[in-house]
Formats: sequence, structure tokens, C-alpha cells
Amino acid sequence: MGRKAAADGPFTQIWKFFSSVKLTVVLLLTLAVTSIFGTLIPQMGNPAQYVAKYGEFLYRLFSLLNLFDMYHSWWFRLLIMLLTANIVVCSIDRLSSLWKIVFTKKPRFNPKQFHKVPTQVDFKMDAPLEKVRDTYASYLAKAFHYSRVEPSGKGVCIYAEKGRWTRLGVYIVHLSVVLLLVGGLIGSLFGFEGFVNIGEGDTVDHIRLRPGNQVQALGFSIRCDDFDVSFYDSGAPKEYRSTLTILEDGKKVLTRDIIVNRPLRYRGINIFQASYGTLPSNSVKLRFTDRASGMVYQVRAVIGKPVALPENRGTLVINRYNPSSEFRGHPIGEAFEATLKIKGKPDQEILLPLRFPSFDKMRRGDLVIAVAGFDQRYYTGLQVTRDPGVPVVYAGFIIMIAGCFITFFLCHERVCVELVPAGDKTRVTVMGTSNKNKFGMRRKVAHLGEKLSRLKT
Amino acid sequence: MTSSTILSIVTFVYGLAAFLYLAGWVFEKPLAGRMGTWTSVIGAAGNAAGIILRWVESYRMGIGHAPLSNLYESLVFFSCVLAIIYLVVEWRTGSRVISAFTAPLACLAMAYASLSPNISDRIQPLIPALKSNWLIAHVITCFIGYAAFAVAFGLSIMYLFKQEGDDAGQEGLSARLPSRAVLDELSHRMVMFGFLFLTTGIITGAVWANSAWGRYWGWDPKETWSLITWFIYATLLHARLMRGWHGKRIAVLSIVGFMAVMFTYFGVNLLPGLHSYGAVG
Repeated sequence: MGRKAAADGPFTQIWKFFSSVKLTVVLLLTLAVTSIFGTLIPQMGNPAQYVAKYGEFLYRLFSLLNLFDMYHSWWFRLLIMLLTANIVVCSIDRLSSLWKIVFTKKPRFNPKQFHKVPTQVDFKMDAPLEKVRDTYASYLAKAFHYSRVEPSGKGVCIYAEKGRWTRLGVYIVHLSVVLLLVGGLIGSLFGFEGFVNIGEGDTVDHIRLRPGNQVQALGFSIRCDDFDVSFYDSGAPKEYRSTLTILEDGKKVLTRDIIVNRPLRYRGINIFQASYGTLPSNSVKLRFTDRASGMVYQVRAVIGKPVALPENRGTLVINRYNPSSEFRGHPIGEAFEATLKIKGKPDQEILLPLRFPSFDKMRRGDLVIAVAGFDQRYYTGLQVTRDPGVPVVYAGFIIMIAGCFITFFLCHERVCVELVPAGDKTRVTVMGTSNKNKFGMRRKVAHLGEKLSRLKT
Repeated sequence: MTSSTILSIVTFVYGLAAFLYLAGWVFEKPLAGRMGTWTSVIGAAGNAAGIILRWVESYRMGIGHAPLSNLYESLVFFSCVLAIIYLVVEWRTGSRVISAFTAPLACLAMAYASLSPNISDRIQPLIPALKSNWLIAHVITCFIGYAAFAVAFGLSIMYLFKQEGDDAGQEGLSARLPSRAVLDELSHRMVMFGFLFLTTGIITGAVWANSAWGRYWGWDPKETWSLITWFIYATLLHARLMRGWHGKRIAVLSIVGFMAVMFTYFGVNLLPGLHSYGAVG
């Protein structure tokens, strides 16, 4: 062995290394064991949390080993590449010899092989050999894909077989694995995954990629016309629904509702319902109370636009909405920040918290200002992806299921029916082999023997 | 009678069946084994009836969906498939001893579903992520696979229990087990059957993930663990078919594989991920 290996060129040696099933077993087990790490260590988290959880030393060690994004690390990819090479080389290596066997015009039958099989069915037919031979030959020709009659030492043998092609099943599975990996590669090279939040009524033409947060232009625009969330009586969410309109150069192309599990696909880009949230509306209903007279005035104000104060006192501008506002260091929740311009007084910045309508009394002004109503609008969170590798992957999926079925449940069956003359009768021996499922083949041979013994000659 | 009541009773029926099979094997009483079979048939029929009734009940509540949406429902379905598979194996091989090792698993799964205080048997409406036809295909194929692996696990345990050599030289419990060759072959066939369904289960899950989230594979812990399971059984098949491994080593791999199945099923809920609806609660 040692001398022969030395005589082989480097290519042959590499080929031999990759054509070993031992390597397959080692790689599969290594992949199984290493994959566990990524399920125990949360992937792609932020460094500060990792340090807090594992400590400085383990954090550095894990980072060095790429364990925080291990499924995209060089060494995990290397393992997958080695497995791919292993699958391809093994398949080519074995297929080249199998090909001739599978696609032969005249299959070879070895009588000795059949005689070794422990279960055989013997019986006698009450007819001369020629008659039995003709009947059986035509029966087996119908029941099997291929059959032929050959003289044997003491009489005649009828060989028949089917399912020769099923020997290719395992290579179909291997091909499917390669397709999955190729599809995955196409996806990672030419695809992207990103997200975008669109407020009701707003339009976007770009998204943010994940990971990295880079901007990706879409080549068209998406407008969110409406978003709705409905709940069951129990409070659990029932449905998230966004009405989206696709625009090309500002022109409406199509309008569609999307829900979870029913995405919109447009120009190779898939748009999925992923999350939602609320945005402030740009209009606020304000209530002014005149301290002296007790008169109450309701006014609708648009953010950024001044509204007149009652009795010509001046104007108020709502500047912005703050979802988590603070007053002297105390959180006061959602609030509007506004500028009050009263005639003859300097401009004053005021806070209008939603939760405390009488907050403005503290200012001790002539008017008490409060937010009487405030509409919120939703934004829809969309997952936006493009993956040109999906058709290849799906082809791999279908081929894999078909290949597994062929490999596990179909087999190459060969039978030999030997006819030996015994006076004016014929002694029949039915034998059969199969490349897998030996127990099942015994039953089939018994069944075939029974069928043949009942045929009329 | 509600489906939950029926399914609670089924737990005890499976328990009785397991007891009868074990008694038939340990005390060499064929009658007990035969009663075990009939008890199992009643259990499996009740189990299937419970599933169908639960389906009907969900429609009566106005939130109709196939009863395959949470841990309780999946355990119930798993037990039903497991019982059907071991009954078929029993019928095809004529050996009731095999069921003595698998019926307790069906009973345990049902007991966990019915009696654990952490598992709710209430019929709940589907959350948006689960509203997909792929749910049915995914859950059914996965759990047929899991059940087949459970039977293979039972057979592998039997293999390790069975003493070497001819039956003639053996005494007691081991002698009444099928021969090692039969156990090895049967467990191999169960693994192949399970592997086909596990493969289909992972694939239907991937197609579903692609239609719900826009990616067919995301290395979420459940996905990864199902792949780890797939790697282990792929190793077993290659070692057996290509490297000629037989017997004890294959039995050990099959047991390790079933441990991975169990972790994919229960353990992953302890880890963060998207399959949290399979969680206890």
C-alpha cells in the first residue's frame, strides 16, 4: 500500500482521499457536533452582551473561533466544501463503474450467485420442459422489465430483472445535495436580505440590508396605503395586513394586501409582512382653557404650523412628538414639544404630556394648554429579500425526496427460474436476489413461486 | 365527551397495552401479548378519534384549524403515529415483543401531554405565522419521521439487550427477543423510513420558512438541530451501507440519533428561536 501510494501522483492521492466513505462519516459527524455550538451560543449578538455573559477571556476565544457567527465562518464553510468535494468525487468514482452496469443492453447473470440464496422455492410442474419454459418466459417477460432464456447445465434458466436503474438512486440524492449548496451559493452571491419600515401613506424606494445596515435601492417604490392588526378575544394577534402599492417612476403598477405567509413578489424581490409599530400622526387636537373665564376652546393643530391662540393672544407651534419625554429628569412618557408665542412676552418652550392633561397648569399662564386628542398611525415593518438561488434549491428539494424514496424503497430485483426435466414432468426452482431488502426479497420469491406453480401450461 | 377527556383516557389505554406487552414478554404469557395488541388497537383508534374530534371542536369554536399547532397537539399526533407504526411492525413480523419496547413510549408521550401541568390542552386560535397550509405538511411529515425513529430506538435497545449467539443457547428474557439479525434489519428499515420523512419534514419547513420570512434556511436552533439529527442518521446509513457497519455500532448510532430527535423536539425550546410556539405553555 505504502509503495503504491508513493507511486501515485498528487492528483490520484487527493482523489483517493476524497473518494473515501470514511471521510464522509468523519465530516458528517464533525458537522453534527460543531453545529451544536451555534445553537448554544446566540448568533450575531452584540459584543457588550457577550462579554457580560461569557467574560473577557471566553469572549476573545469565541471571537477568534468565529463562534458568534459560526455558520458563516471560514472553517464551517470549509467543512461544507470538503463534504461537497467528498460527495462529488465519491459519486463520480462509483458512477463511472456503475454506469456500464446500469445502462447495459445485455445484463449479465451469474447462476452461482442465485444458488447461494438461502430461500428457494422448489416444485414440480406436470408438463414437459418446453411447454413450461414458454409459459414462464412469456409470464416473466410481462412481469419484469427484462428477461431472457438461457440453457443451463441440466436444463434451462429463465433470467428476469427489474429496477436496475434504481441503483442510481443514491447518486440522485447526492446530486440534490450539490444543487442545494449551489443554490445557497447563488443566493449568497446575488441575493440580499433587508428590511424597511413604511408609515401609512409614506413611500420608500430603498431598504436597509441585514447585516450591515447598508442602503439598497429597489429600482421601484413601495407605498403603504394602510396597515391593520386584528386580535382574537384572548388578546393574541390574529392578522397583520398591509395594503401596499408598487410604483414605477411615480406611476401606480399594482396594489395588493400582504399578510404573514402571503408575501408580495415583484421583479424578483419578495416583500414579507414582518413587524409593525406606531408613528405619531401629524395633527393634534389641542384644548385651551382660559383660567380667568373658564372658557374652553378646541383647536386642531398640525405639527410645524402655528395655530392662533384664543382671543388673539398670540400663536402656538407644535414642534415635535417625543415618545419618551422627560421633565427635570423624570420620565413623563409621550409628549409634544411646542413653542408658545404670546404677544408682548418672550417665546417660551413648553411640554404637553399626553398622560398629564393638567401639566401645563404649573406654568401659571393665562391659558392652560392640553392635548385633547392625538391620532396615531401605523407603520408596517417589511422584510425584503431577493434570492435568485431559490429555484435551484427547490429543484434540489424535489430531487432529494425522489432520490431518498428510490434509494430506500426501490431495489434492483433479479430472479432466476431453473427448469430441469424429470421424466415427462419439470422440476422448477425459483431463486431471487436483490441489492437491498433481503427479507422482502424472500417474500417476493415465495410469492412468485406460488404464482408460477399455478400457471396453466 | 370532549377530545381532551378522550385523549386522557387514551393515555391509560396505552399504559395498559404497554403493561400487557411487557407481561406477555416477561412471564411468557402469549394471551397477555394478544390482549396488548387489542388494547393498542383500541388506544390508536381512540387517539385518532380524539384528534378528529378536536379538529371538529376547533371549528365549533369558530377558530377551525388542524390540531397540529402546539406542543400538546403534536405529542398527541406523535403517539398516534407511533402506535400505528408499531402495530404495523407487529403485524408484519408477527413479534409482539417489539411492541413491549415501543408501547411505553406512546404512553409516555401521551402522559406528558395530558398530565404535565405546563402543557395546556386548550384549543387556541392560530397566530398569524402558523396560518399556512405548509403547517400541516410540515408537522405530519416531521412527526411520522420522529415516530419511526422512536421505533428504531426501541429496536436498538432490544438489540443491545439481546445476547449474542443462537436462541438455543439462551435463556429467559433475551431468548424471547427476535434474533439480532432481524432486529438489526428492522431497525435499519425504520431508520430509512424515518430518514425519508425527516428529510421531507425539513424540506417542507424550509419551503414554509421561505414563504413566511423570505428565507429557506436561517440557522435558527430548531432548524440546526433538525439538521444535526439528519447528519447523525446520514452517518448511520453511510456507515452501514458503505462501510459495512452492523449490529452494536449501528444500534448505538440509532440511539444517539433518537437523543438528537428528542432534543430537536423538546430541548430546543430552552434555546432562543422562532419555533417558540412548540414551547411549553
